[in-house]
Amino acid sequence: MAVAHGVASGIGGIRAAGDLVARMQVSKGMRLPEAKKYVAGKLGASVADIADPVVMDEIREDLNLGRVNAIPGAAKGIDAKFRIAEVLGIEINSVNLFKKRVGWKG
Amino acid sequence: MSKFFSRTGDGFPVEMTDAEIRKDVEEGVADAVKRAKIAPLSADHVRYLVELFERPDRAVGVERGNEVILSYDSATTKFKRGNVSVSKIQSLQIYERLLGADILELAHIDYSFKPVKPIVVFEQPILEQALLMTIPPLFYGAMPNLGLYSQPDGPCPNPGDLLPKGLIAEARASYAEQIAHSVKDMTYVGGTMYEAGADGINFDTTAAAGDAEFYATLKAIEELKKKYPAMCVQMGMASEFVLGMHGELSYNGVRLAGLYPHKQLELAQQVGVSIFGPAINIVPSRSLAWNTARSATFIKACTDIAKIPVHACVGMGVCGVPLTLTVPIDALTRASKALVDICRLDGL
Repeated sequence: MAVAHGVASGIGGIRAAGDLVARMQVSKGMRLPEAKKYVAGKLGASVADIADPVVMDEIREDLNLGRVNAIPGAAKGIDAKFRIAEVLGIEINSVNLFKKRVGWKG
Repeated sequence: MSKFFSRTGDGFPVEMTDAEIRKDVEEGVADAVKRAKIAPLSADHVRYLVELFERPDRAVGVERGNEVILSYDSATTKFKRGNVSVSKIQSLQIYERLLGADILELAHIDYSFKPVKPIVVFEQPILEQALLMTIPPLFYGAMPNLGLYSQPDGPCPNPGDLLPKGLIAEARASYAEQIAHSVKDMTYVGGTMYEAGADGINFDTTAAAGDAEFYATLKAIEELKKKYPAMCVQMGMASEFVLGMHGELSYNGVRLAGLYPHKQLELAQQVGVSIFGPAINIVPSRSLAWNTARSATFIKACTDIAKIPVHACVGMGVCGVPLTLTVPIDALTRASKALVDICRLDGL
């Protein structure tokens, strides 16, 4: 069912900017149009491109936000989330916890 | 007269004429309107649904630009149920990297807060490790499942035994006791997993045991939000209607028995829910045109008034998806597209 929903109506997660739009719903309670507009603004993209995997992969590469393919040296997991928190201007629970654990002074 | 391929709510194929599809769509809308006292779908939306169920396409999809967020309740357990031999973290990576999930969810195979409580210390390190390796928001999810607090599964007298004997006061006293136990479990597990780094907690299949379970979940969420104001809380409902198993419970002055989704949403917003998931029952004997029209009418009444994102529960046996283990692509993509296009959902 996940595949069929993804094909029919999904933004596409980290293939595009689905995780970033979801971050705005999760952290700010934004409804979808507002969340898409906010993310597009922060990425310097158009709202229509939010679910485009080619356009978004370029942007994710430029901003090092984590990508679906295994690229040597590119941000993965928690380090991608550090950048996402910065780019979107939000708090991410696991990022804050990580900073606390390593005594982050940044 | 040409006939169109469609299905009934249990997934079995049927052939319907244009007049039959139109009649079922109109009757599905009318049923929701009558039950919940909500506005009907517009004539344009009725026409849209008729055309959708007359299309010969195997799969359909929303227009470019209308894509929505996909969250997955009990995500990791679905691989176990499919007998796929992967770990929970591998399951999350498959959702993230292969299935395009926008929000991930870690869950215990016994997907209720009560059984999670004694093993939460084993769930925490899995969550901590998963959070290091994945990028999308990661929730921890479980069901309130009040049924586990009555005998023989739990400590309280079973209202199912008491009510047929006319012991109504005793049954209500049992519900009060069950509420206290379950609130304690939900706040403990929810708080513990949030402190381990979860982006949010999903209360899935809320109110499955009726108004007492809905009360307990609202109470637990209110307490969690007081302690952790930044916590994201997703509340997915069990069905379109809150059963009045207790019958006299109110929350913030609103009687819980008999609430339909748009009223459930209002209470959810009051206690601090961040994402609301309405669930509309499937009637297996009626056509999918009838079921989808009915679901869209209920859900549109939510999205029209929502101040928070609405992620409809569009899984097996709810919201226009047939009640069958092997959901057909034609049926699922029609439910997905119809609910997004008509209701302007924030997610599924």
